[in-house]
Amino acid sequence: MATKVHMEALSPTMEEGQLVRWLKAEGDAVSNGEILAEIETDKATMELVARGDGVLRKVLLREGGTAPVGAVIGVIAGADEDIGGMAAGEGGEGATGAAGPPEAEAPEPAGAEAGEGAAPGPPESPQEGARVKASPLARRLAEEANLDLRSLHGSGPGGRVVKRDVEDAKVGGFASVTGGPAHGGTAGSAPAPAVAAAGTPAPPGVDFEDLALSQMRKTIARRLVESMSPVPHFFLRVSVDMTRTVEARKRVNALLERDGERISLNDFILKATAQALARHPETNSHWNGDSVRRHYRVHLGVAVAVEDGLITPVVRDAHLKGLVRISREVRELATRGQEKRLRPEEYTGSTFSVSNLGMFGIHEFTAVINPPEGGILAVGGVEDTPVVEGGQVVVKPMMKVTMSCDHRVIDGATGARFLQTLKAMLEEPGAILV
Amino acid sequence: MRGEARAADAKSEGAPQTDRPNGARKRGKAGGPKDPESGVGADLLQGFSRNDLLGILGRMLLYRRFEEKAEEAYAIGKIGGFCHLHIGQEGAAEGCIGPLRANDYVISGYREHTQALAKGVDSRLVMAELFGRSAGASAGKGGSMHIFGAEQGFMGGHGIVGAQTALAAGMGWAIHYRGEDRVVVCFMGDAAVNQGALHESLNMAAIWKLPVIYVVENNEYGMGTAFHRISATEIKDRSGAYGIPATVVDGQDVLVTWRHFEALAEDVRRRGGPRFVEVRTYRFRGHSMSDPVSGTYRSREEVAERTEQADPIKILRDRLFGAELLTQEELESLDREARRQADGAVEFAEAAPLPEPSTLYSHVYSQINEHGRLFFDGRDR
Amino acid sequence: MAEITYREALNQALAEEMERDDSVFLMGEEVAEYDGAYKVSKGLLDRFGDRRVVDSPISELGFTGLGVGAAMVGLRPVIEFMTFNFSILALDQVINSAAKMLYMSGGQINLPIVFRGPNGAALQLAGQHSQACEVWYAHAPGIKVVSPGTPADAKGLMKAAIRDNDPVVVLEGELLYNVRGEVPEGEHIVPLGLADLKREGGDVSIITHGKMIHLALQAATKLAKEGIETDVLDLRSLRPLDADAILASVRRTNRAVYLEEGWPFGGVGAQVAAMIQEEAFDHLDAPVLRVTQADVPMPYAKNLEQLAKPGVQRVVDACHRVLYRNHSRKGS
Repeated sequence: MATKVHMEALSPTMEEGQLVRWLKAEGDAVSNGEILAEIETDKATMELVARGDGVLRKVLLREGGTAPVGAVIGVIAGADEDIGGMAAGEGGEGATGAAGPPEAEAPEPAGAEAGEGAAPGPPESPQEGARVKASPLARRLAEEANLDLRSLHGSGPGGRVVKRDVEDAKVGGFASVTGGPAHGGTAGSAPAPAVAAAGTPAPPGVDFEDLALSQMRKTIARRLVESMSPVPHFFLRVSVDMTRTVEARKRVNALLERDGERISLNDFILKATAQALARHPETNSHWNGDSVRRHYRVHLGVAVAVEDGLITPVVRDAHLKGLVRISREVRELATRGQEKRLRPEEYTGSTFSVSNLGMFGIHEFTAVINPPEGGILAVGGVEDTPVVEGGQVVVKPMMKVTMSCDHRVIDGATGARFLQTLKAMLEEPGAILV
Repeated sequence: MRGEARAADAKSEGAPQTDRPNGARKRGKAGGPKDPESGVGADLLQGFSRNDLLGILGRMLLYRRFEEKAEEAYAIGKIGGFCHLHIGQEGAAEGCIGPLRANDYVISGYREHTQALAKGVDSRLVMAELFGRSAGASAGKGGSMHIFGAEQGFMGGHGIVGAQTALAAGMGWAIHYRGEDRVVVCFMGDAAVNQGALHESLNMAAIWKLPVIYVVENNEYGMGTAFHRISATEIKDRSGAYGIPATVVDGQDVLVTWRHFEALAEDVRRRGGPRFVEVRTYRFRGHSMSDPVSGTYRSREEVAERTEQADPIKILRDRLFGAELLTQEELESLDREARRQADGAVEFAEAAPLPEPSTLYSHVYSQINEHGRLFFDGRDR
Repeated sequence: MAEITYREALNQALAEEMERDDSVFLMGEEVAEYDGAYKVSKGLLDRFGDRRVVDSPISELGFTGLGVGAAMVGLRPVIEFMTFNFSILALDQVINSAAKMLYMSGGQINLPIVFRGPNGAALQLAGQHSQACEVWYAHAPGIKVVSPGTPADAKGLMKAAIRDNDPVVVLEGELLYNVRGEVPEGEHIVPLGLADLKREGGDVSIITHGKMIHLALQAATKLAKEGIETDVLDLRSLRPLDADAILASVRRTNRAVYLEEGWPFGGVGAQVAAMIQEEAFDHLDAPVLRVTQADVPMPYAKNLEQLAKPGVQRVVDACHRVLYRNHSRKGS
């Protein structure tokens, strides 16, 4: 029996997907569960697997092309099976060609068999018809949260709405923050010289180039506008004397050397932030439209720059984790984030975010809040700075931290108290233990 | 060979002579023969009191009337399922079980109504069981094939041909284990001798000298298959390979059977078991109530002739008449009493309530464990 | 607590119960002079004599029926099957006699009997000597079935089984006899019907019994490396079945994988899956999956045997599937 290959919802928020690469060509034998193609979603490159056995008889979406979730992009069938009705042009439904170079091939004619099939079959989409596939738990959770299942994207097999989809919908989708590459924060060292060098040389003789929006770029654009327009941002800034944290880091790393572990200053900052948030849950809060949700568990979003955008993997329960564990997790998540190999549950559900651009030589900056979170911390580099102390000018490693606050959630004094705690912890790392 | 029990083969130690015939059970010590000169089988009467003999006849009449009532109730739909009648085989029931002690065990197959009665299970409880009533011997859960009277040592009717032979070995094992002097009488039909379970059981009973008397009630047909068609050797020859003495006895002559079992039981108590006995008999009805009296496998003439000539009740009656131990009036009175009891059993059964629906789940387990679920149909939820 | 083998734990249980109660006796093939085909009854003949430790002929139907008959009149037999493969010969006595006696007799005759022996796949013994028999028994109302996976449970469940007043099938793991573990000395009873949460996770429930708990724990360790925390629930007892523990775990994790040695059709997992969907439907975020033996007789060839048996990777894969991790590169 023939099996249609659909553009599947491969992330909780995916509405359409871009076909990066077919791993099977027309005429190849495929079996159920085998990887057919790589699809770029709004967040990551995911694998699309075959849902049936047979031969990949028809490819209806070229590499580089995009198609909405649910569109038929190929047909798997027996070698001699008549697929005329299925293969005829249906893939074009909502699909666009690659926004690639003009010499890209025109969409293939639907093939010899297509001629035999008369009218294309009715377009198939999960949205059509009354039945929405959802796990029993997801149904119950959606009902409790007053969410319409039809409005949710199913990330399970065949577009089944599962628990994580409902939870994502409840917290307002995935995280997104401004700022750039953040992991590292080896502050005190020279600003990374590589930044300027890493650019894309202009092709000779070209004045400008229109770049197609990647799925990720589209999402970033949409989400940031969504954030800046309705969220009443205000900003709090504090200077932190990092002398003791820098020393503490050295001592800790000396201890860890044997095990080959190395803690970055950013790890200290994340740890301190998590502890301070645990102590000030009013800052660790979400704007839920008609209520404020105060979180007592700290799931820290850590902005990571990736090739064509950024992603914010989440360190769950960061307030319960030690420095080494945080350090390892961040490193591992960042690596996979750069490879676009994060699973949806690894970049959703943060309660508060941190963006650190210190390694790029940024003194200070402001970050855009990732709704529904109530705040985000923008961390600048640690720099030797003359400061007045007891009437004397002394040079100290100082760091500027700016918190963006959603005024609907966090008031000035609320935010200030949190920053005070954070500053105290970084100026005396022992305070983290208290 | 009517009128005598004989050893199945030369080396058999069966049919031991006992010098002190004993009416056993509550029927007391033997009195002298009333009329030793009265002819046929007079010596058989020796050792039975007149009361013993009238008691035996009375009980056989009860078995007959009881089964006729069951037949009637089945015909009008009061009894369901399978119902295997023992009509024609009453001599075997009374003759094998009568001489046993109250604490001996009897276990049987599914043609066991009258055996239960013979072992002392109340006829009202047996009938109520056939009627599927809560007052039935097995609380309405067993029916015709599963009459139990543990208190009376009647260890059940069992529905899988031959399976009871292993259970009997187990009861024999327990007797042996505890050093008791009970015996087990295990009934089976002729067709059971081809079941593996019997052969495994005979071997084990022989190894451990278990006090079990295996009784094959040979009514000549396993359902509709004549024994000779499915067996190359005789029933009595089946136990020889295990070194178990075998005997053959005429089950239509209750006194012969009685004497034989009386002696066997005492011998087993004294010397250990097992023993193997073929009791020759004949059923006057079909295999079960869904089978006509003669059917396709035997002729009407055959059934008519055997019913006329080999009715165990008539045989005893005539012997007692001949010995002037019974008058026509006494016979009629005994039969009236048997009918009264059978009618009473039906009345009791009809009046008895159906089992409470709540008892559906009782007696599946004797111990409901504190933790966990034992039933998976939603009841335990 | 002493560390002893599963075999020694069973031996201890048998010896202690025989010491305690004269009505307990052990019968089976090779249990006496040979010390047991798997040496579970080692030394018992010397200690208790041939009245109570009895070599039987190779007559499974016969000696099983003998045990049932002895239990009908109040003894407490322990009937050993050299392996449960051979118990199939005796199914009539277990299912038709033992399971139904109490019911058919309207409550007159209960059967305090234990049927025990090694169960489940062994190594390269092919079709007839390498199979899991639990569902033959757990299927029948009237029977109780336990399946200890550790030495301590072997002792505790065996003692509980011998003391139970109903027929109990004790399925020992053929490949577990040499497994060592801490076992309490003396009176150690594990009540029937009580599962043991061997590992608490929260992301997914692996429910299993008997030997398979060890496989489940290996899978859980592997999953933990990916950050997936697993409940490993050892049922220990199949009938009575600790439904509360099963449902509690599934309500916590929203997903379940049943792991068993036997075949899938009508398996323990089939029963547990049915129960979960009946009673925890609204807590399920994914279908309940089962990992079982391949639906074929056990093959002899080593590589085929490996394929036929449930393996750690298949358990891990099933967990991924119920967690919807099959889309990710790492997940498949």
